[in-house]
Amino acid sequence: MSTQQTDNASYPRAEVSPPSGQLFPHKHLLGIWNFDPTTIKHLLDVADTYVEQNRQPKKSSPKCAGLTQINLFFENSTRTLMSFEIAGKRLGMEVTSMSTGTSSIKKGETLLDTAATLNAMHPDVLVMRHADSGAVKLLSEKMDCAVINAGDGRAEHPTQALLDALTIRRRKGKLHGQTIVISGDVAHSRVARSNIYLLNAMGARVRLVAPPTLLPKDVDRLGVEVSHRMDEGLEGADVVMMLRLQQERMQGAFLPSLREYYRFWGLTRETLSYAKDDVLVMHPGPMNRGVEIASDVADDLDRSAIEEQVEMGVAVRMACLDILTRNLREEDAA
Amino acid sequence: MITAYTNARLIDPASGLDEKGTLIVNGGEITEFGANLTVPEGAAVVDCQGRVLCPGFIDMRAHQVDAEAALAGGITTVILQPDQTTLIDTDPVVERIRNRSENAHTVHVYPMGAATRGMEGGELAEIGQMQASGAVAFTDCRKPVADSQVMRRLLEYAGYFGALIVQFPQDRGLANGGIAHEGEVATRLGFSGIPAMAEVIQIERDARLSEMTGTPIHFALVSSREGVEAIRAAKKRGVKVTCSTAPHYLHLNDNAMEGYRTFAKVSPPLRSEEDRLALIEGLADSTIDTLVSDHDPKSEDVKRLPFGQAAAGIVGFETLLALALAPVHAGKLDLITLLKALTATPAKLLGLPSGKLAAGAPADLVIFDPDKPWRIDRDAFRASAKNTPFDTLPVQGQVWKTIVGGEALYGGE
Repeated sequence: MSTQQTDNASYPRAEVSPPSGQLFPHKHLLGIWNFDPTTIKHLLDVADTYVEQNRQPKKSSPKCAGLTQINLFFENSTRTLMSFEIAGKRLGMEVTSMSTGTSSIKKGETLLDTAATLNAMHPDVLVMRHADSGAVKLLSEKMDCAVINAGDGRAEHPTQALLDALTIRRRKGKLHGQTIVISGDVAHSRVARSNIYLLNAMGARVRLVAPPTLLPKDVDRLGVEVSHRMDEGLEGADVVMMLRLQQERMQGAFLPSLREYYRFWGLTRETLSYAKDDVLVMHPGPMNRGVEIASDVADDLDRSAIEEQVEMGVAVRMACLDILTRNLREEDAA
Repeated sequence: MITAYTNARLIDPASGLDEKGTLIVNGGEITEFGANLTVPEGAAVVDCQGRVLCPGFIDMRAHQVDAEAALAGGITTVILQPDQTTLIDTDPVVERIRNRSENAHTVHVYPMGAATRGMEGGELAEIGQMQASGAVAFTDCRKPVADSQVMRRLLEYAGYFGALIVQFPQDRGLANGGIAHEGEVATRLGFSGIPAMAEVIQIERDARLSEMTGTPIHFALVSSREGVEAIRAAKKRGVKVTCSTAPHYLHLNDNAMEGYRTFAKVSPPLRSEEDRLALIEGLADSTIDTLVSDHDPKSEDVKRLPFGQAAAGIVGFETLLALALAPVHAGKLDLITLLKALTATPAKLLGLPSGKLAAGAPADLVIFDPDKPWRIDRDAFRASAKNTPFDTLPVQGQVWKTIVGGEALYGGE
């Protein structure tokens, strides 16, 4: 390993209840940073119950009937947006989505004006994605309702980290003590950041594997191990999470070519052989087959959890919507 | 009209004078000062009650004149940056600013002219013409002159006129797209970074060009430990380099961006704690020559945006002294060294007659209480905008009176 080893497994964070006695002592879900293990565990436990509900023929419940959810996406997304829409509808919410092409941001309206406009429509939950780090937090300061961060810049993507954690917990039985490799474009990835915070909080051991140009400065100070080689980095891994390589990084100043990236940092059967035999392969999607991941690895039914991640995504988002609107529902507020 | 400022702690950083005494002003000039002066008959007497009386501050870097705020900060001369609505890159613009200043009973304003035409870094601006009209130095403000050949010619040409070139030390390539100090905090908050090396590389290159051409160069707003070290090394080699920093770099590190606070967005970015401490040390040993406010009022419209889109800048006039006194109270900086960086050194670099206590010198003075505790209150600011990260901060040291050309333009009785 090129940097110091931080063995999180031997020093798990104490699992104490928050002083307020509330299991989710937050108004919004803006990021995983500073969440304590109790909060994370609670979110995952609730999500677990929705996994079962989603597997029934009748998937909807009127739990949140009458509440309004607005999905506001300033960045293109199909799967996350659809996942939030389905999650809201399965809870019986009125769901409206707005994507960047139709928004007035293009007409020069500032984010805070947009917030004021939306706030006047009295939504109960606002789900938002934005290309700027911190933009969701800024908007949340002007909203009366709960705000869920569906990805802001390269800062956080909390529901993705939660669905990844749920997938690992269901497949491996626990998060604590697992060696989890995150590989790919860490520098530009909000998924990587949220995952690092969550997995560290839960006592997993996180290792980043990427070329030096795709690792942000001082990332080792976030409590992770860092490696630049796939063989060395994957050694003994329980889980390998691949990150999507954005088209614009594939050529030019970050990487010379797609071909070269695949040769040195692509996840293939050969590189995967350094990990444990029962290694779990994950990817937040959409995948670039033959760039960061080989097709036969992605399609390996025994090891790949990629489709399961999508399933867990809906359950996790239902859990988040449920928990954040609890105070609005009389039967649960009592 | 003769005024006697009695019972003052007279400090003249240029000569090192620090003694209790009286200072006499006649018209717009200092006539005499010292310990055992008799107050001339008929003079108006102002009892300073032991407060410090020293030359008024010369703020070498402001992006707006904001006179009322400047006076409240003890500033008697504002050096205006060329990045105005009408860019200061020709002599008529310089002349207009100088004329307006000379005809007004307020702070003195001297502009810096653009170093290159349109601040585009390509062709030299009319340095000789602008200097003749009253421009005191030449800079492309926040746009570093990137081309080495242009910088070399700029120095060669400016050398003939004895004009001071001011460079913003930031390598464009390394800083490209960056919005924060490259480090742990930026990584966690998801910001693209500007490494400290961007500053060092620019300083090293331009110090070499200064050495090659024999023309002095001044670096505006050094922000990193490595930057201070590069300046220290160049000075040791005998190169004629000088530099400045601003109080916010002495007071805050990159943790101030926590919670995506855009009030902490400045250019160059706030750096690490190690850098902050090195800057205080650099100021204390005079590696850093001058202290500037970098006063830059920005409205809420351009500040209350996502961090990446928000404008950089802090209003600095009214907090300049109190923030700068913090390392003095902490025992890490001499009061006289600090005052020198605010008065005598900028006056010398820019060739101004003020910045000293001397018979015949302009009566541009500030009287302040170095120990008085107060709390920064942005709502009480006179500045045209209130973008400060220091609201509600308890500080020590407050301006009591600001005197320009013998007239008390700020402060009570």
